[in-house]
Amino acid sequence: ALKPLGKTLSKPGVRNVVLVEGVRTPFLQAGTTYADLMAHDLARGALQGLLNRTAFPKEAVDYIVYGTVIQEVKTSNVAREAALGAGFSDKTPAHTVTMACISSNQAMTTAVGLVASGQCDAVVAGGVEFMSDVPIRHSRKMRKMMLSLNRARTLGARLSLLGSLRLSHLVPELPAVSEFSTAEMMGHSADRLAAAFGISRLDQDEFALRSHVLAKKAQDEGLLTDIVDFKVPGKDIVSKDNGIRPSTMEQMSKLKPAFIKPHGTVTAANSSYLTDGASAVLIMSEEKALAMGYKPKAYLRDFVYVSQDPKDQLLLGPTYAIPKVLERSGLTLADIDAFEFHEAFAGQVLANLTAMESDWFAQNCMGRKAKVGAPPMEKFNLWGGSLSLGHPFAATGCRLVTMVAHRLKKEGGQYGLVAACAAGGQGHAMLVEACPQ
Amino acid sequence: MALMTRRGAGSAGGGPRSRSQRVHARALASRVCASGARTAMASARVRAAGALARSAFSRYGHFSANGRRSLSASAALLARTHVNYEVKDNVAVIRINDPTSKVNTLTRQLQDDMMEVLNEVWGNSAVKSAVIISTKPGCFIAGANIDMIKVCKSAEEVSKLSKEGQMMFEKIEKSPIPFVAAVNGTCMGGGLEFAIACHYRVATKSKKTVMALPEVMLGLLPGAGGTQRMPKMLGLPTAFDVMLTGRSIRADKAKKMGLVHHVIDPLGPGVKDPEERLIEYLEEVAVGVAKGLAKKTVTVEKKKGLMQKVQDAVLGIPLVRNQVYKTVTQKVMKQTKGLYPAPLSIIEAVQAGVEKGPAEGYHVEAVNFGKLAMTPESRALIGLYQGQVACKKNNFGKPEREVKSLAVLGAGLMGAGIAQVTVDKGVATILKDTTTEGLARGHDQVYKGLNDKAKKKSITTFERDMTLSFLKGQLDYSGFEKVDMVIEAVFEDLSIKHKVLKEVEAVIPPHCIFASNTSALPIREIAAASKRPEKVIGMHYFSPVDKMQLLEIITTDKTSKDTTASAVAVGLKQGKVIIVVGDGPGFYTTRCLAPTLVEGIRILQEGVGPKKLDSLTTGFGFPVGVSTLIDEVGVDVAAHVAEDLGKAFGSRFGGGNVDVLKTMIQKGFKGRKSGKGCYVYSAKKKDKQVNSGTEEILKAFKLTAPPAVSGDEDVQYRLVSRFVNEAALCLQEGILADPVQGDIGAVFGLGFPPCLGGPFRFLDSFGADKLVQKMKRYEDAYGNQFTPCQLLLDYAKDPSKKFHK
Repeated sequence: ALKPLGKTLSKPGVRNVVLVEGVRTPFLQAGTTYADLMAHDLARGALQGLLNRTAFPKEAVDYIVYGTVIQEVKTSNVAREAALGAGFSDKTPAHTVTMACISSNQAMTTAVGLVASGQCDAVVAGGVEFMSDVPIRHSRKMRKMMLSLNRARTLGARLSLLGSLRLSHLVPELPAVSEFSTAEMMGHSADRLAAAFGISRLDQDEFALRSHVLAKKAQDEGLLTDIVDFKVPGKDIVSKDNGIRPSTMEQMSKLKPAFIKPHGTVTAANSSYLTDGASAVLIMSEEKALAMGYKPKAYLRDFVYVSQDPKDQLLLGPTYAIPKVLERSGLTLADIDAFEFHEAFAGQVLANLTAMESDWFAQNCMGRKAKVGAPPMEKFNLWGGSLSLGHPFAATGCRLVTMVAHRLKKEGGQYGLVAACAAGGQGHAMLVEACPQ
Repeated sequence: MALMTRRGAGSAGGGPRSRSQRVHARALASRVCASGARTAMASARVRAAGALARSAFSRYGHFSANGRRSLSASAALLARTHVNYEVKDNVAVIRINDPTSKVNTLTRQLQDDMMEVLNEVWGNSAVKSAVIISTKPGCFIAGANIDMIKVCKSAEEVSKLSKEGQMMFEKIEKSPIPFVAAVNGTCMGGGLEFAIACHYRVATKSKKTVMALPEVMLGLLPGAGGTQRMPKMLGLPTAFDVMLTGRSIRADKAKKMGLVHHVIDPLGPGVKDPEERLIEYLEEVAVGVAKGLAKKTVTVEKKKGLMQKVQDAVLGIPLVRNQVYKTVTQKVMKQTKGLYPAPLSIIEAVQAGVEKGPAEGYHVEAVNFGKLAMTPESRALIGLYQGQVACKKNNFGKPEREVKSLAVLGAGLMGAGIAQVTVDKGVATILKDTTTEGLARGHDQVYKGLNDKAKKKSITTFERDMTLSFLKGQLDYSGFEKVDMVIEAVFEDLSIKHKVLKEVEAVIPPHCIFASNTSALPIREIAAASKRPEKVIGMHYFSPVDKMQLLEIITTDKTSKDTTASAVAVGLKQGKVIIVVGDGPGFYTTRCLAPTLVEGIRILQEGVGPKKLDSLTTGFGFPVGVSTLIDEVGVDVAAHVAEDLGKAFGSRFGGGNVDVLKTMIQKGFKGRKSGKGCYVYSAKKKDKQVNSGTEEILKAFKLTAPPAVSGDEDVQYRLVSRFVNEAALCLQEGILADPVQGDIGAVFGLGFPPCLGGPFRFLDSFGADKLVQKMKRYEDAYGNQFTPCQLLLDYAKDPSKKFHK
């Protein structure tokens, strides 16, 4: 029996903002089929896919906001390059946002703001991450020398600069893998977080396995309809995620810890992996969407961003964000029908669930009277998550929102809740409400 | 030193002194610690580690002294209160927690409980391995209980204690099952000796986890097998370094050195108190290791690097080892002038063990431990340690309001230094100067101070930036309406001080405290210009502020108790050891220093060369010789103070002719800052040469030395007796509240020989009567500068009277 619908979360005097469509390229493990592309190629794929699927007139797109984390220096405003390359109108402005793993959430909420305030009627948001190629720089010393060389006027000055070249100049600089503020790798922090909450290796492996099993099931049942095919030049058409690999507990237990050695609990198998992928969504005012004959998938309602200690609470964003967003909309956890959490690490997800179930944490760390409670597992990430589907940093946000909209439709629910953590000790949560069908 | 604070002088502060002052701090440190044994193999880098105790000593603070133990002897039979255990998966988890104290120390009760538990564990065939852990937050075992040693009447008694410790740890070392020490928090002295007797060590990287063998700083040696196990574990050079400096070792460093096998990162908040969870987590990991050891999936042996193998091979040659002992001994002799017996005893114990075998080694360790405990040097150092602990408490109650924002006037060496130690503790600080140049220099000084820490990796560059964000440099008084305290460090001139006091009082809120960082100007004279003298106080910092531990707080009869409480609270937050003294010209520290310097000048006039004078003073235990000290303080500053205090105290402050200094100033010999003083300073040459120009001046002012009081020893005692007599006068007049603060101020602020424990400890051990006798001879030759004060005479008359109980 369908439960009676709750009140709608629309607010008087505020335009209803809707998700019309959401697509993504298949998410592939870094270094596989996408290896020879560039970030904006994937972004083009997602953007073009969105246009194709919606048959949306490109001149009706008012604005484009796109997220990315590891920036390709040649396309620092990847939003604009990808939009042009995807055949969008050159009259549509585009900008790029970055907020670590919640970059495309930021792109979407920027779009929501533009639409809600009446500035725009139709905005495309999305995000791309391309981990098969990352910018590796010359060392600072080398760069300094090269720049001085540019300015050196005489041959003598140039030669003397070249003479200062040492072997150490040639050591390259890799993109930072650790938090700038704490110099700690995220996996290391996740391991400490799991330990702080007493999350065992077994629990983490079980959760990771659950993610893969559910993703496989969703894939097999054809539920991952947000995927659009991607043709890699000179190679096959890619139409499936390639990181979904249900393993066995026994196999998983054999892995050694990846960050904290030898006693850590975070392994390659219970962490999300480096992924290439892009996503895109079309966000519109309900009015305009209906007028243009579209059937919106869901309302994008209240959202919050939170931030906390980047050292010891790096990945606890959801715990802080969820009570806030629920309060904003006057809902409780029990009202939510579908949860989609970003799964950075199994240990991180379980630590958040444990924190949300803890009065001690609520009282001592969040200044709340009591815990908000944790989502029930039967409503939680039922089609897999970042652990199994993959996690192209800046593309994950749109994947989460589109997936929760699809799940609400499929499961007949009314409210969906998306939550994610991000580097820098930040977090995000958004309420999504199904549109009347 | 006290006088150096003068150059707080706004933007006029000169740079060169900071280095020299550091020399002072360093010298003091090395004197006590006989650092640098590591140099047996490496360079002669003098450890800049903070002066006597900056780090290790203060952490040693947990060396608690509770005298509760004798009462509980019978109760001990009834219940184990300090140690308990449970068996988890064939691992005995032995938990230590002394319910009677904030820290665990090796008391009789703890040792008895431990032996009982160990015997049960060994008797249980189900137990295949064991973990030793403390459930006390922030403390594994802080060391032996000092009181256990202090109550002993003879060296033999102390040796017996040592032997008991040795035996217990030997049993663990030779245990049939492997032991894992799980270390979180302070692990010092006997605590570390306990840990290294275990077969495997896991430590948390918590900031509170510090390992050290600081016994040398108390004039003792690691007496429970430390001198025997350390060389085996770390190799001779590193072992000497650890034991002779007593330095603190953090967990990651300990891992690199091979002192621990395995480290664990601290945890953030979870579903309970993070520290509690960390200890649980440490236990989980240690139990895992213990299981592995029992199953032989984990090995105790560490992989040795190539360098380690080479070093081991080289040190396998007896001739090389002999050379190491010789070099280390020479180094110690050079740094201690033979005034500290402990470092030599340590070398002896190590050598006995390595060369003659463990039986002899343990024997020498125990015997030497007993001997050392009976030395006046050890008593002096223990006294200093306990005095320092006492001077890290606020005896004036909790201030009505916490100082959350503070302003410093003058961005000179002192002002910037004060700002640095304040922002370092997260207190919002305004640094105000009158010129942008001055401000920029001050800002750079703070940046450099913090950046040096970042370079040494004691903080991250990010923490450096965050700390720096608390600093706000400005030229005007904006924002002063919100500050809780203003510390002025402007030029030492009463009219300037009055001017800024009035300016500041016009803008600050009513509750704001005005503190003056002056080295000699009486606070009541400064306060005379104030509308609210109850809010005015003196805070005399020593240069360089970030290295020198002492803060001398000066109260007038009008200063309110809450103002004092607040100043002490701020000082404690800044990490200072604090003495609170009464007001008067030169307060306490400057007043003791001035006659000593004046006497030094007389000695120079009498034809003792600057180098000879330096070696006589350092030979007595002062870290810096008097001639060098004059150069460091600045000849102009010394002249200024000598004159000022001379006016205030009359002929008692006479001695050398102040005109010597004035002539030096005329010729531009202002000390190190001008490149010439008693010595000639150049950036290139390390070895400083005596300034011939000064020698000529001294010839012109030549005095005839009375032969009866001019031998080397008399020269030393003339300097010391003037210092000590003035200190005693301060106590007699009530400038000093008690001898403990007098000792702490003299040692930590002025470099009074730590081996003597301060002027009052010195009087107790040397004998007031003996000093009075000497002074009478000097009085005959020179007059009232050597007239012993009444207090000295009283103590001389009755030898049973002691300043320290």
